[in-house]
Amino acid sequence: MGSAIQLNRVTKIWNEGEPGAVTAVDSLSLQVGQGEFVVLLGPSGCGKSSLLYLLAGLEQPSAGELLCDGVRVAGPAPERSMIFQEASLYPWLTVLDNVALGLRLQGVEQPERDSRAQALLRQVGLGDMGQRRPHELSGGMRQRVALARALAMKPKVLLMDEPFAALDVQTRARMQGHLLEVWRASGASVLLVTHSIDEALALADRIVVFTARPGRVKHEVSVALPRPRNPHDPRMVDLHRQLTELLADEVDRAFLEQETR
Amino acid sequence: MAAVPAMVEPGLSVASSSATSVRQRPSALLVRLRAALWACASVGLFVGMWEFAWWRGWADPLLLPPPHLFLANLADQFRFFDPNGDRAGALSSGGSLGSVLGVIAWSSMRVTAGLALGFVLSLAVGVGIRYFGVFGKLTLPTITLLAPISPVAWLPVAVFMFGIGNPPAVFLVFISVFFVMVLSTLSQIDAVPASYLQVARIMGASKRQLFRHVILPAILPGLFVTLRLNLFAAWMVVLIAEAVGVGSGLGQVVMMARNTFNASLVFFTMTLIGLAGFAFDQALRWVQRRVLWWVGPSAAAGGL
Repeated sequence: MGSAIQLNRVTKIWNEGEPGAVTAVDSLSLQVGQGEFVVLLGPSGCGKSSLLYLLAGLEQPSAGELLCDGVRVAGPAPERSMIFQEASLYPWLTVLDNVALGLRLQGVEQPERDSRAQALLRQVGLGDMGQRRPHELSGGMRQRVALARALAMKPKVLLMDEPFAALDVQTRARMQGHLLEVWRASGASVLLVTHSIDEALALADRIVVFTARPGRVKHEVSVALPRPRNPHDPRMVDLHRQLTELLADEVDRAFLEQETR
Repeated sequence: MAAVPAMVEPGLSVASSSATSVRQRPSALLVRLRAALWACASVGLFVGMWEFAWWRGWADPLLLPPPHLFLANLADQFRFFDPNGDRAGALSSGGSLGSVLGVIAWSSMRVTAGLALGFVLSLAVGVGIRYFGVFGKLTLPTITLLAPISPVAWLPVAVFMFGIGNPPAVFLVFISVFFVMVLSTLSQIDAVPASYLQVARIMGASKRQLFRHVILPAILPGLFVTLRLNLFAAWMVVLIAEAVGVGSGLGQVVMMARNTFNASLVFFTMTLIGLAGFAFDQALRWVQRRVLWWVGPSAAAGGL
């Protein structure tokens, strides 16, 4: 398995050189294999999201280098698609046009891009929603449209920033199922950020536990169990306990830091 | 007791209209009908008080003629409306309903031209300020300085620059919306959600595509609301311009009526002005609903 993403001692400092400077990511090294599903797990505000923004090319690292397929990340590119906590669909476009927008920007002609967008909508189970407007959809549906929109770019890497955090528990479980199907079909590598241990265990090939700010890798756990996974499987329970302990320290530290600030 | 259901029902229909707009049609119609009835009652009350004051002899019919007087002899009033406007102050011969509509059309045309010009240019300048740093640094301070100056103060400037006729009136309408709309464009651009831009950038959008596919549609609804809010100001300004420097239009008729102490004509023309402004607002609302449908049902229903 070659590595789709490679981070070499990456550091990100927000407001660098100013009084309010915050080190979000500190000298972090990480690899994600081709087609691998990696979950970044850590307390809120530990720099996980900053890492995704760096990988998406929306922000530049303060030090270190990020490689995608061995090529240095210089800016945003369709091959590295990102999904945000809010779906961020454009309210002035229909659902179909939202999914097709990326193709339109690339100059794909109308019938072609519409049929491709329609196929993607079917893939995420929204085949008959193409002509709806985003505000008519539920939160889960909107997030599925965002997923279809990201897939339209045929990404090699899917970056997901707490994509299901705003959804209720039942919708969340369904969405995780959808995501796994789509991931298998697309062959893309996924790097998903979450603070939910259950979500990490349900999805990941490998879980990377982050420290509280500044973000460093605290521990890595491989989850070599077939999906769908039963959370009551003794091995899962064991992993859950292990991760809970790892996280608890960091949550305590994050709280301490917030209180002393 | 009767007021309670009346208060509750519109609230209910607003809350559920986003979910099922089709089933709500009859009740939406009812809500509209009810609003129309209230509007009639409101105007009726106002007219009634005026008529009452006349009947009791409080209002001098020469100075404050009530509606039944100034609407009594329409043909007589029509004589004062001359759409050509080249005989300011004089009685034009053979005034008809057509000539009244002609005068309204002239005023409306000036408002429309000024608003359209203001909308397009302020959008262009606002975008220019945000996109080209030097241009912004050079123009923004001046624009901020000029913004609070009343359009009325621009009146002599308009006449110096454009003389008499349509151009100064259109210019005044333009000035009355331009600065406000430039500042509005800036704040709208700044308020575009960061994620809208990030999503498009990740899709590989160029700067131009970013503007055309994200920023422009994102700021248009807000700009349109600003335009509508400034519509009434535009109507006020066009009347002043017509009264002073144009020599035709509704403003000219009001000024002529004032000069000839024709109170009846003053109030008749004021009625026309009110109706024209109302029609304009309705037209802009309609355009807003049609062209900017994504603003959503709640925004379309809720006043602005």
